[in-house]
This record gives sequence, C-alpha cells and structure tokens, in this order.
Amino acid sequence: MKKQYFINANIIDPHNSINENGGLIIGEDGLIEAIGKKVNTNNIPSREKIIDLKNKHIFPGLVDMRVFAGEPGYEYKENFRTLSNAALAGGVTSVVTMPNTDPIIDNVSIVDFLKRRGRDKSKINVFPSAALTKNIEGTSMTEFGLLQGRGIIGFTDGIKTIQNTRLMLRIMNSAKDLGTLIMQHAEDYDLSKNGMINSGIIATKLGLSGIPAVAERIIIERDLTLLENIKCRYHISLISAAKSVDIIKERKDKVKFTTGVSINNLSLNENDIGDFRTFLKLSPPLRTEEDRMALVQGLKDETIDVIVSDHKPEDEEQKRLTFAQAATGASGIETLLPLSLELYHNGSVKLETIIKALTSNPAKILKINKGNLSVGNEADFCIVDIDKPWIVKKDKLISKSKNTSIEDKKLQGKVINTFVKGEELFKL
Amino acid sequence: MATKTNKAIKISQKHLLGIQDLSINDVNLILDEAKTFIKLNQSKNKRLNILSGKTQINLFFEPSTRTQSSFELAGKRLGADVMSMNMANSAVKKGETLIDTAMTLNAMHPDIIVIRHQDSGACNLLSQKVNCAVLNAGDGSREHPTQALLDALTIINRKKKIEGLRVAICGDITHSRVARSNIYLLNMLGAEVNIIAPSNLMPKEIEKFGVNKFTDMKKGLKDCDIVMMLRLQNERMTSSFLSSNREYYEYYGLTPDKLSHAKEDALIMHPGPMNRGIEIDTKLADDINRSVIKEQVELGVAVRMACLKIFCE
Repeated sequence: MKKQYFINANIIDPHNSINENGGLIIGEDGLIEAIGKKVNTNNIPSREKIIDLKNKHIFPGLVDMRVFAGEPGYEYKENFRTLSNAALAGGVTSVVTMPNTDPIIDNVSIVDFLKRRGRDKSKINVFPSAALTKNIEGTSMTEFGLLQGRGIIGFTDGIKTIQNTRLMLRIMNSAKDLGTLIMQHAEDYDLSKNGMINSGIIATKLGLSGIPAVAERIIIERDLTLLENIKCRYHISLISAAKSVDIIKERKDKVKFTTGVSINNLSLNENDIGDFRTFLKLSPPLRTEEDRMALVQGLKDETIDVIVSDHKPEDEEQKRLTFAQAATGASGIETLLPLSLELYHNGSVKLETIIKALTSNPAKILKINKGNLSVGNEADFCIVDIDKPWIVKKDKLISKSKNTSIEDKKLQGKVINTFVKGEELFKL
Repeated sequence: MATKTNKAIKISQKHLLGIQDLSINDVNLILDEAKTFIKLNQSKNKRLNILSGKTQINLFFEPSTRTQSSFELAGKRLGADVMSMNMANSAVKKGETLIDTAMTLNAMHPDIIVIRHQDSGACNLLSQKVNCAVLNAGDGSREHPTQALLDALTIINRKKKIEGLRVAICGDITHSRVARSNIYLLNMLGAEVNIIAPSNLMPKEIEKFGVNKFTDMKKGLKDCDIVMMLRLQNERMTSSFLSSNREYYEYYGLTPDKLSHAKEDALIMHPGPMNRGIEIDTKLADDINRSVIKEQVELGVAVRMACLKIFCE
C-alpha cells in the first residue's frame, strides 16, 4: 500500500478531542502516521500525491453496536459481504452483530464458524455478541467465560428481554465475576403482549395493540436496582420513551451503566406509521413526538451514550403482510450517519456529540481500540460531505434487504469514501 | 344528518375501508340510497338487476353470521353473482399470504370484494393490491363501517335525526371496531357520544376522539337517547381483563335499573351476537318497546345493498 496524504479536512475525533481543520497521513502499513492541523502542505514532501479535502469531514469509522447479520440462517436477508458493503457506504467500519441467527449464537462451536465467516467474507470489523441465555429462551445462561475466550464481545438476547428477575440477578453476578458486558433489550412482556406500536391514540385509531412506555421503564428500573449491588458492565440497548431518559438521568449518579438509542427513534415518531406502514414496525416502537424530543435532548446532554442503526434486514415478503403479521425491524446501517446528521443540520445536537455517540462512546463501552484516529492505530475512517443533499431510495440501497424506515426521505450528508486499515473500500 | 338535497354528489372514495375516510356527503349518499331499499326488502319481490353481471366476492377470514349473510343477501337482491369464500378451507391454510390471495382473486376480475379479517388494516392492504372496490366488513379492532352506517340508519328511522342526540356506547371498547366506526360516524352526524367501559376495556387516549369517558355506567347513561351495547370479545382477550362475567354484569350489564338513568324513550342497540346475561339482560334484549336489535339486522341488508351499489359504480 502506498503512503496516503490528506489535507485540509475538518477532522473530528472525539476520542482524542480533535475538532480542527487539518490533514491525515496513512502509512504503508495502513496505520495512522500523523493527524491534525500540523499535517499540511508545508510538511509533506512536494513529490507526494496529496488529496485536498476542502469542505469535507474526516470522522473515525463508525462503530455500530446493534446490527443483525443474516448469517447463519438468514443469508437471504443479509450476508457478511452485503452487510459490509452496506456498512462501508454508511461510513461504518466496525459492527457488533446480534446473536439472533439460526442457529442462535449461544455456544462455542458456532462462534468459531461465525468468526471464520466474518473474517473471510467481511471487509469491516465484525465483533459478534452471543446470547445471554441458551437459545434466547430466557431460562439458563450461556457460558460467558468460554464464549468470551473465543472472541465474543458482549452478551444480549438481542430482540428479547430477560424477564425472570432471579435469572437477571445471576447473569449480572456472573458478568461481574467475568468482566462481561451485558446488553439488555428493555421490554416487559406481560405489559407488551401482542403489542405492535406505541400505546396511545395512534394504536387506538389503527386498532392495534399497544406497547406502553412503562414496559420499557419497568425493566430499566429493575435492572438498575439490581445493578446497585452488582457492579457489572451493563448497557441498555435501546430506549424509546421520555420517561426512560428521566430515569437514566436520575440513576446515572448512583450506578454505572450506559445507554443506546436507535436512530429510528431519534428521527421518527408514531405518526410516521400512517396507514399501516409495516416498514415502521419497530422494537422498541416509535413513540410520540415528545418522546422523540426527549431522546434528542438525552443525546445532546449525553444522558444517552450511543446511537445505533438497529439494522435489521427483512425481505419484502416479511413486510408485505398485515401489520400484525409483518416482521419487526428496519434496515438502516447505510443511513445511520446521514440520518444522524439531520440532528446537526436542524440545530438539535452538536456535530461532535453525534460523532462521539457513533464512534468513541461505543468503542469505550465495548473496550475496543476502534472509533478513534489515534496515531499508530489502524486507519479506519470515512470522508464525508456533510452538506451533500440526497434522497433515500430503497432500490439504490446496497443492503440485501430494502426495508428502510425512511424511503423517499431527503437527507443532507453523504459518505464519500470509507477506509478500513488504510485501504479505500468504498468510494461514492 | 341525512337529507335528500345532496343526491347528485358522487362518493369520494374508491373503497369503503372505514368511516374515517368518508365525508358527510358520502354518508348521506349511502344512507339515502339505503332508505330506498328498506321498502324493497319488505316487499314480496325482493330482486333487482342493478348489479346484474357484476361479481361480488365475500372473503371472510373470521367467523361471521350476520355480516356475511347480510352482504350475501344484499348482493343477490341486487342481481350480482356472489361468491362467498370460506377462508378456513382456503389456500391461506396452506400458507398463502393475504396479498397472494388478493392477486389470485384479482385475476378473476371481481367488481367488488367484501373482506372481514382478524388483523387491523387487512382491508387497506388488500385495497392496494386489487383493481376492484374493497368493502371492509370488519378488520381487527379498527373499523366496521357498514355496522356504523346501519346503526345510524336505525337511529334515523326511529328518532328521525341524529344531530343533538346523546348516544352511549357501552362495553368492550378496546377490542371493538364497531365502537370506533360508530364514534367517527356519530361525531360526524352531530351526536354527543358517551363511552362507558371499565378501565381495562377502555382504549388509550379515546377522549381524543371527542367523546365523554365514563367508568360508572349509571352516570354515563344519564339522559341518553340511545344505548348501544357491545359484545364482550372473549376471543380477543389474552389475559385477565375482568374478574368474572358475573361481576361484569353487575357493573356493566344493561339492566332495567341502569337503563332507568337514560331517557324514558331511550332505544337499546346491539351489533350482535349477544351474550345474554353478561352484557345485557335477556328480557331487555327482547323488549319490543326498547330494543331495536332486530331492526338493526333488517336495515343492515339495506345499508349493504346501498354500499354495494354505490361502490360498484
């Protein structure tokens, strides 16, 4: 690989508190050699090819903590190759994959397969998570220690919640002993039973059963209460309600934990479901505009740590059904960054805060040396024209599944190039 | 309220998916048309040829006695070729999706499809995929527009108007598509609507529909002109909504004592099928001075004839 020189970019690297106009030098080994305002034409040999990134931004490659890959079992929805192409188009260079595959990622042998497939077929960094409980049945826990030893980054039942409080307590105890990261999808099933969308006027109008916000709150409060006595690495995968933001804010002083939010819940509300748009059947559901605004505020004041795409590819057949029968989830890894930038363009959140929630914060929670542009690290980064206007068209999406939640949405900001280990793997 | 002056206006919708989509002119058009069929249905020769040569398919995914037979009869009286499909024995059992069923039927060139489905929004999905008109005969807990229209016609038949009346809708509101369609229609026609239900059967934010909410039945019935009782939908109840039918009857069953809080000439309505002794006292249900339940069924045919005629055009 030839040495690469970029100058004149707006570099934002929250991990190193860099937010300045400057350059980036990538060595022949694909590592970052130098970065920042000190990198300019004056100190680059004139014979070298220099790329001027005037009006462009450089961000660390995004770390997306919640991605559903189709492998194994749902290759027709998404495989590692299509997933990484979609991710690269969105500036994402590291993903945490969910264990909700077929079979479920819950034992050592399947992890070996997964690591091999991820390495062979994927162009991005894949960090697999494994199930908290065997076959995500919520009854007996998996081998955290052994699985971690094979490279599992964290544990979650993905789309499912540990309902049994005693089991949760035991999971937390084991996680504490082994230094394991637990990621909980917060939903009380007794309260959310048969629910499809937010409980409220829209559910009443559409005649659909609702998922009340309190279903999320009860699990969060339960887990945070347990956490007071059991100090383990605990992450709430996704929150959707204003009340959840309040509770998290209130408890953050007492116990240590982290919180994620889906870009869908930051950008859309229940009204967008309109006339039964099954592409907006999500878990947690889209809630009211007040809830959305509270989430944005939570991101702004850093009550919420991480933005995820919650990328859940579903083929059209699974969405061309009645709302009750349709699959849950939306494809979104490609639009994660552009949609997040909407919060910057409309003045809601500072650009640096957004990038932090997409790069250094998830990396810190996962304890991985990604999502930063430190000298000596692998050069995973993206070049972004944050002002470039474009319109989301599902047929143009790279992901194998086209179930975007934002079809026809006008966005501002597009990834121009994405690099992994110094190699340009995506070019607009 | 229905008047005969607006007759020239055409229906604004291609499909009848819900009362929500209709304008007041649409409603008047349907009700006025229905009135012309009431007499016909009482005469000896009940057959017309208005829909001769037209094909009507009834797609009932949920069990139904009165709505299905009412639509079938309505189509036949207008001279349409009516095919009622028993979906329990259809390809749906073999895993066919609603859209594929729709495409199959669409290829047979029907002029109108009447659908009843357990999922809210099923008729909306169907209407996007077929070329003919779709009539909603009940979708999940969302809407049952012809029921609301026949209820309105029944009220007009007895009370000569709807505007200014106070109507109580009582019972399992959460699971009721009849309640939702009736709320929209009665509001549109200028009635005051009281909703009476225990909190467990009261849908979220129902007050935003512009109705008065009551958990005390006697208070809710005060000075009502119409008392609309709903069926307890035990088949849709997944967990304990109520302690017992006995207690429900005690607090929300329509009895002569509770009815005495309504106006003296208040009428009793019920969309059927009734759970006698649970939501309604059996004698009251059969009281020919108060109950118009049979009349609802009778006018139902007329309303469905009107809908078939209007949406087939």
